[in-house]
Amino acid sequence: MDFIFDGIKKAIELIFSLDRDILDILRVSLLVSISATAIAVLIGVPSGAIIAIKKFPLKKILISLINTGMGLPPVVIGLVISLFLFRNGPFGFLQWLYTVKGMILAQVIIALPIIIGLTVAAFQSVDKKMYLQIIALGANTSQSIIILLKEIRLSVLAAIIAGFGSIISEVGAVMMVGGNIKSQTRVLTTAIVLETNKGNFDFAIAIGLILLVMSFIVNLTLTYIQQKNRRD
Amino acid sequence: MLKKIMLFFLGLMLIAIPLIAQENKIIILATTTSVQDTGLLDVLLEKFTTETGYTVKPIAVGTGQAIKLGMNGEADILWVHSPDDEKKFVEEGYGISRTTFMHNDFVLLGPANDPAGVKTAKSITNAFKIISEKAVLFVSRGDQSGTHKKELKIWKIAERTPNKEKYVEVGQGMAATVRIADEKQAYCLADRSSYLSLKKNLSLTILFENDKNLLNLYSLIPVNTQKFSKVNEKGAKILLDFLLSAKTKEIVENFGREKYGQQLFFYDYEVKK
Repeated sequence: MDFIFDGIKKAIELIFSLDRDILDILRVSLLVSISATAIAVLIGVPSGAIIAIKKFPLKKILISLINTGMGLPPVVIGLVISLFLFRNGPFGFLQWLYTVKGMILAQVIIALPIIIGLTVAAFQSVDKKMYLQIIALGANTSQSIIILLKEIRLSVLAAIIAGFGSIISEVGAVMMVGGNIKSQTRVLTTAIVLETNKGNFDFAIAIGLILLVMSFIVNLTLTYIQQKNRRD
Repeated sequence: MLKKIMLFFLGLMLIAIPLIAQENKIIILATTTSVQDTGLLDVLLEKFTTETGYTVKPIAVGTGQAIKLGMNGEADILWVHSPDDEKKFVEEGYGISRTTFMHNDFVLLGPANDPAGVKTAKSITNAFKIISEKAVLFVSRGDQSGTHKKELKIWKIAERTPNKEKYVEVGQGMAATVRIADEKQAYCLADRSSYLSLKKNLSLTILFENDKNLLNLYSLIPVNTQKFSKVNEKGAKILLDFLLSAKTKEIVENFGREKYGQQLFFYDYEVKK
């Protein structure tokens, strides 16, 4: 039992001593998760909106494919992206394997279906008559999307929170694509795996605590934005 | 409101882009978990990067996988420890040369009370025979790594096959494997440096050591650029020269004395003065 309490004590010491290794890991983690969430949101929300309001053939099949994508196993994505990014693979010329760029790519692919899927659902929750009314008043597609977005911003923010959650907690794909290289591609989750294997529980607990706190702060900020604008 | 959020994320991206640019002068080093887990690699690479400006991407996997990466031209240089596979790799033209430059040794770990009684074994092959006969739990890397290959070779020399029901193949790195063996109170083969770096959290002890079949040789193999045009030949050569220099020799020979109270790796290459 002692090693648990000792671990927590040493973990807190490590955090407050601003250990260089921990700071490196935190820096890479923030870079990867925030960039990936941002890219996934910029692509996912507009495409979700268009899929939801436009009529086109095979729409139901596309939506079921996206919903299936929400449950894609990250390690499979990691494997496929590694194969594509290998030097002698089709996208080897990018030299993205074992880099932050490759990791962001993997994370975007993991988060996109979640953000698109939840955005589609949010748009479809709006009364159809409202959309027709907006169109009748002369709005074009992008104008009507913006008006509708204002109506459903709470649900869209929930989609963003879910996307961020899947990114920050992911370990398999970033391990494969990033290679868990110290100071370069080692993130909070992969560092926890490595340090637990090595039996450095204090270090692992310290990183685990940081991961929880970081996740909480980001979600708190997003939730705050979400709730502040709620009409009570 | 949403515009603000979008702008916020867009701003973050703009900040992030310069941070992720700049990726030249990169060497991919496929290596083994034991070199990384002990911390030796970090020390050496930090010095190498400050001296040469090259960034090394060490991919710490089992030797089997490291050799596979080399065979596909996905690594520039290998730092591995499975002599038979290495020779084959060079003979088949995947590697330019093979330089055995340092060693340490393997040890047989097991529960302190030694239920099988291997402490008094005459040799490591004898110890493996006893493990097989007494049907005690044995944890194997099971990942085609250098340590796994060594273990399989000892079973072969001992002319025994492990007891199927008591043989656990975990398919993980050295540190993870030793930890699993520790939890299960099983026997397992590990390199001495990994054992020493994990020792503080282990109840397993060394039950058998010092045998000619337990020698662990580490070699460096630059990957052949004639087979793979994308291999960073120049970078691999610079890293090779650095690892075969007096500076590296000094670092390797002093590594671990302070932290583990003894030398972990023994440098064998004769450095040109």
